[in-house]
Amino acid sequence: MPDLSKYRFTSTHEWVAPTDGGVRVGISDYAQAQLGDVIFLELPEVGRTLSAGERFGVIESVKAASDLYLPVGGRVAAVNAALTESPEKINNDPYGEGWMLELADVDESAAQLLDEAAYKALTET
Amino acid sequence: MVEFGGFDMPLQYSGIREEHLAVRQRAGLFDISHMGRVRFGGDHTGAAVQRLVTNDLERIEPGRAMYSMMCNDQGGIIDDVVVYRGLGTALVVINAACRDKDVAWMRDHTDGGTVVDDISDQTALLALQGPGAERILGPLTDADLEKLRPFSTVDGTVAGVDVAVSRTGYTGEDGFELYVWTASQSERLWDALLEAGTPAGLLPAGLGARDTLRLEAGLRLYGQDMDEETDPFSAGLGWTVKLDKGDFIGAGALRDIKKRGPERRFAGLGLEGRAIARHGHRVCVDGRQAGAVTSGTYSFTLGHGIATAYVSPELAEPGTRLTVDIRGTTAAAEVVPLPFYRRST
Repeated sequence: MPDLSKYRFTSTHEWVAPTDGGVRVGISDYAQAQLGDVIFLELPEVGRTLSAGERFGVIESVKAASDLYLPVGGRVAAVNAALTESPEKINNDPYGEGWMLELADVDESAAQLLDEAAYKALTET
Repeated sequence: MVEFGGFDMPLQYSGIREEHLAVRQRAGLFDISHMGRVRFGGDHTGAAVQRLVTNDLERIEPGRAMYSMMCNDQGGIIDDVVVYRGLGTALVVINAACRDKDVAWMRDHTDGGTVVDDISDQTALLALQGPGAERILGPLTDADLEKLRPFSTVDGTVAGVDVAVSRTGYTGEDGFELYVWTASQSERLWDALLEAGTPAGLLPAGLGARDTLRLEAGLRLYGQDMDEETDPFSAGLGWTVKLDKGDFIGAGALRDIKKRGPERRFAGLGLEGRAIARHGHRVCVDGRQAGAVTSGTYSFTLGHGIATAYVSPELAEPGTRLTVDIRGTTAAAEVVPLPFYRRST
C-alpha cells in the first residue's frame, strides 16, 4: 500500500494530496475497484476555476458512468493527459500514475474532507 | 454480486476486460443457471411447440437446436428462446427475467395433451466458451466432441456428472453449454472444469463479460434490444420467422408486418472515441432524433465503442453517418454491419 498519510478523501471517493505548489486530485482504490476497468475519462480544461464539491468530469467503465466531484476549490493547472490513451492507469495505480488533475490557488474553505482512517471506516461499513 | 432475474450473480470475477479477452483468446467458464429451462412432453409436443414459436422445428433433426422467437398475437416478441428438439420431447431455454410470464403463456397456449414442465430449479447450466473449450472439455467427457456440430447436443457425462453437452453459446466463440440434470452436482462440475482448464488459461467469467461478448457478436439481449412492443422483422430477426410452416401464434400479424415493412430497423453503430453509448441514448441526424440506442459498450476486441440502435429504415444502411447524444456530448458514429466481431475459423 502507498503511504496515504498526506491524502485526504471525500465521501464521493475522490482524493486530494499536496504536491509542489498545489494539489493533485484522483479517485480512491475503493472507487476504481467498484468501477472496474476504466474506459473513458472526461476532464476539465486547464485554466478553469472550480469550487469544492463541483462536478469536474466523468469517469466511465463498462459497468457505469460516474460524475467526479472536486475535493477542494482551485484553478486547474494541469490534467493527466496520459489517461486519455491509458485510462487503465487509474485501475493500476489510483494514487500515483492515475492522478487526474493538478490544482493551483487552492481554496479549502468549503471542503469537507476525511483523513485516511475516516475514509477507510466509510468504505468498510 | 448483482441481482439478476432472482439470482445473485457475479458481475465479474477477475475483471470484465480480462474475462472478455480470456474467452476470445483461450476460454471462459460461466454459470448461467439463471436461464430458464422448460421441458415439453406428451403426444402433442411437436405441434404444441411449433404453434408457440416462429421458427420451423421440422427443419432440424432430433438432437439439434434452433434459435426462435416466441411472439404474441400482435407479433410482439414475448421472449427469444432456444429450442432443443428431442424424440417426442423438446427443451425450451428462456430468459431468466421472462420465466414466469413465459411458462404461464406456454401453459395457456397448449392443450391438455402437452406437459409443460419448468425444470429450471432442479437443473443447472454451465457454459464453457472460447477457442480452447474443446481441448479442455474433451479429456473430461465421453461425448464425441469432434462429431458434435454447432447447435447440436448429445447426452453424456463430464467429470462423472450427467449432462447434455450442447455446442452452443452466447459469446461468438466456439464452445459448449452443459445442461446439468441434477442441480446439486453443478458445483462439482464447475470445480472440475476450472481445475482442468486453468493451465490452459481458462478464467471464470461473469455477467459483465457475458454482455460485452454477446454484444460484439451481434447477439440480442431480451428486455434491452427487444420487448413485446418489438416485432422480429424490426429486430433484424426476420430469419427466425417461417411464415410457410403452418399456423402459429402471431403468424397473421407477422405476415402483415413483413408485407408493410417495419417502421424501424435494428442497426449496429461503430463509435469514434471511447465514451460508451448506453440504452436509451438518442441517435441523431443533423441534430434531430432518428432513433435510440438499445445496447452499448466498449469493445475490448476492436478498441472502440460499439452500440446497437433502432433507427428509421433509410438510416440503417452501413456507412450512414449518425451521432449519439451521450449525456449531452455528441459522439460521431457510423452504421456498420452486424456482428461487430466474427471469429476466424
